[in-house]
Amino acid sequence: MLAVDPEPRSNRIRQMASAFPEEVLEHVFSFVTSDKDRNAVSLVCKGWYRIERFCRRRIFVGNCYAVSPAIVTRRFPELRAVELKGKPHFADFNLVPYDWGGGVWPWISAMAEAYPQLEELRLKRMVVTDESLELLSRAFGNFRVLVMVSCEGFSTSGLAAVAANCRNLRVLDLQENYVEDQSGYWLSHFPESCTSLEVLNLACLEGEVNSSVLERLVARCPNLRTLRLNQAVPLEKLANILRRAPQLVDLGTGAFAADPRQELYSKLANVFEGSKSLKSLSGFWSVVPSYLPAIYSVCAGLTSLNLSYATIQSVELVNLISQCHNLQRLLVLDYIEDSGLDAVAASCKDLQELRVFPSDPYGVEQLVSLTERGLVAVSAGCTKLHSVLYFCRQMTNAALLAVAANRPNLIRFRLCIIEPRTPDYLTQQSLDVGFGAIVKSCQDLRRLSVSGLLTDLVFEYIGAHAKKLEMLSVAFAGESDLGLHHLLSGCKSLRKLEIRDCPFGNKALLANAAKFETMRSLWMSSCAVSFGACKLLAQKMPRLNVEVIDEVGRPDSLPESSVEKLYVYRTVAGPRSDMPDFVCTL
Amino acid sequence: MEKGVPAGLLEITELRLGLPGERDRVLEEKKGKKGKKRAFCEDEDGKDGEEDDDVDDELGRVKDGVVGWPPICSYRQKTKSSCRNGGGVRVRYVKVSMDGAPFLRKIDLNMYRGYSDLSLAFRNIFGYLRVGDISEKDPKFSEYKPIYEDKDGDWMLVGDVPWEMFTESCRRLRIMKSSHSTEVDVEA
Repeated sequence: MLAVDPEPRSNRIRQMASAFPEEVLEHVFSFVTSDKDRNAVSLVCKGWYRIERFCRRRIFVGNCYAVSPAIVTRRFPELRAVELKGKPHFADFNLVPYDWGGGVWPWISAMAEAYPQLEELRLKRMVVTDESLELLSRAFGNFRVLVMVSCEGFSTSGLAAVAANCRNLRVLDLQENYVEDQSGYWLSHFPESCTSLEVLNLACLEGEVNSSVLERLVARCPNLRTLRLNQAVPLEKLANILRRAPQLVDLGTGAFAADPRQELYSKLANVFEGSKSLKSLSGFWSVVPSYLPAIYSVCAGLTSLNLSYATIQSVELVNLISQCHNLQRLLVLDYIEDSGLDAVAASCKDLQELRVFPSDPYGVEQLVSLTERGLVAVSAGCTKLHSVLYFCRQMTNAALLAVAANRPNLIRFRLCIIEPRTPDYLTQQSLDVGFGAIVKSCQDLRRLSVSGLLTDLVFEYIGAHAKKLEMLSVAFAGESDLGLHHLLSGCKSLRKLEIRDCPFGNKALLANAAKFETMRSLWMSSCAVSFGACKLLAQKMPRLNVEVIDEVGRPDSLPESSVEKLYVYRTVAGPRSDMPDFVCTL
Repeated sequence: MEKGVPAGLLEITELRLGLPGERDRVLEEKKGKKGKKRAFCEDEDGKDGEEDDDVDDELGRVKDGVVGWPPICSYRQKTKSSCRNGGGVRVRYVKVSMDGAPFLRKIDLNMYRGYSDLSLAFRNIFGYLRVGDISEKDPKFSEYKPIYEDKDGDWMLVGDVPWEMFTESCRRLRIMKSSHSTEVDVEA
């Protein structure tokens, strides 16, 4: 760059831009991989926009209704990898009605025409039919990667089509989908010539798969590094399958339970000793603890351990986990108890992510001794801890202050105190101060879920301090519109805000209307937003889709009463055309 | 997936795991108030008038009638119910004491699939070898005898009744030294 340059900046840029032939720019752009950076590149000038759009290979669409398949295929004619997300996050908790939308068919049919060379498709919270999977399997000759997370609408027939027709399939990763089980024989549709699998995750399938077919498939795929079995695969078969894939890095067991038998135990222990590359273990649907020592030989190498379906006692959990000195990621049920978390804090010094799930979320009493003490212990002992998801039944401001002081490096902090509006059990006060300490101390916090008794004050703290916060989940909190106003006016980086059962209403919503164009989406359910206000918002902001979801009655007949659910998102595609009758876009 | 099922039909099909005990009664009361899923009910205040795509509510997955709280992925709830070992989705905590041991433990009977599993649990908790494995009645190993108090207040020997019947009626467990057996009136 010249130190002194009298020419106007725009001329300089044009000169610079045209100084390089397109091929050179394309080559340079190929090193720019993040979506944010590529978007920035395309904004530099028209020339770069044009070049960039032809050489973009991957795209991430965080809200499938923010843009249309036509717009995407028109702008980016050479995509090889597409990632789409459909339903809002609260759909995971049954808050979004079944046929709200999120169907993938329009995308797949548009891409079948525009991208015959498509290689990768990643979908989250979308409705995927067997027809969509069948089209996918036939339309893309070099298709390699299919990842579906929290999707539904398809059956094993759709999977059979993918297995049969995708000749170069490398990744079939099914995470937490609802799959209708029509036949376990779909796995047999992988031809004998299929040897390219690297990732095969079947954990979410309910039905039985043929073990010998699976074993043969595993045996002929030398690059298989991830294999996750479903519950239906019995422990007896695990050893046989695992023996065929000693190179595995990531294993999800089936049921880890059988009547105690010495020869089965020895067989398992033997085969695990041979799995020298294992770094990640999951599965453990139903566990007979006496079989756990069979995996001790791999513990030292584990970086990720998911025991969140294992209903085993703290003692047995600790026996296992305390050997995993290199653990970075741990998912577990609250059976681990505070004492178990003390052990984690002592043994797992590299821990980065901890998730503790409730074993009895709908129970009334606290039957398991997991409290705020366990959280504090881990925050003190594990200096690299940056992501926390913690379900518990009691909390104090003091504990939150301790966590904040111990772990200023937190980037994700999701705390769920099971009973709504639970105060600090020692002082009976709200937890505003505790969460305030978290956002003040953890300057890089990107994701936060709050719970317990909270007033508008906590939102003042969040608005004032959580400058990097991108996603916030709020439930049963706050006192007035002021709370919501603090959030919308203060959180500069906010992209996703989801709120339920809070007394937030029209004033804050309308006063911050412009904010919603800077965010991906806003979800509000069981709050105090009126239909009339939603209409106003929609009129003010034409580039937002303001969806009112109301299954009970006609919301427009009572414009001053609160709407059931509100989903607001920015879009360049206009109102969507596939809404069921209980959704209306204003 | 269930959709648009009339409210009355849901009531008929709703499972009632009618275990006695305070906690369960409380839960039943709360459920009775507003816990059931309803399809399009116009007299509702809108909050709970949700159509649901899971059948989970039949198993009591709604806390105090609030849908989607606590925020646990519906997938995780569904999976937990199908990999539960014992009698249903509720927990069945009972106290376990062992003669000579200074502490009481609580265990969840629903975590175990049968008597041999329970046997192993005792070993892990109290650190001794043989409970007197139910299938091998070897007198050499019966230094300890597990007994349980049933819902009538009687002390019974563990292992005599089918497992499901045991988990239903067991109120608490005691691992008794055989030498103490004359102190307790154990039903044959």
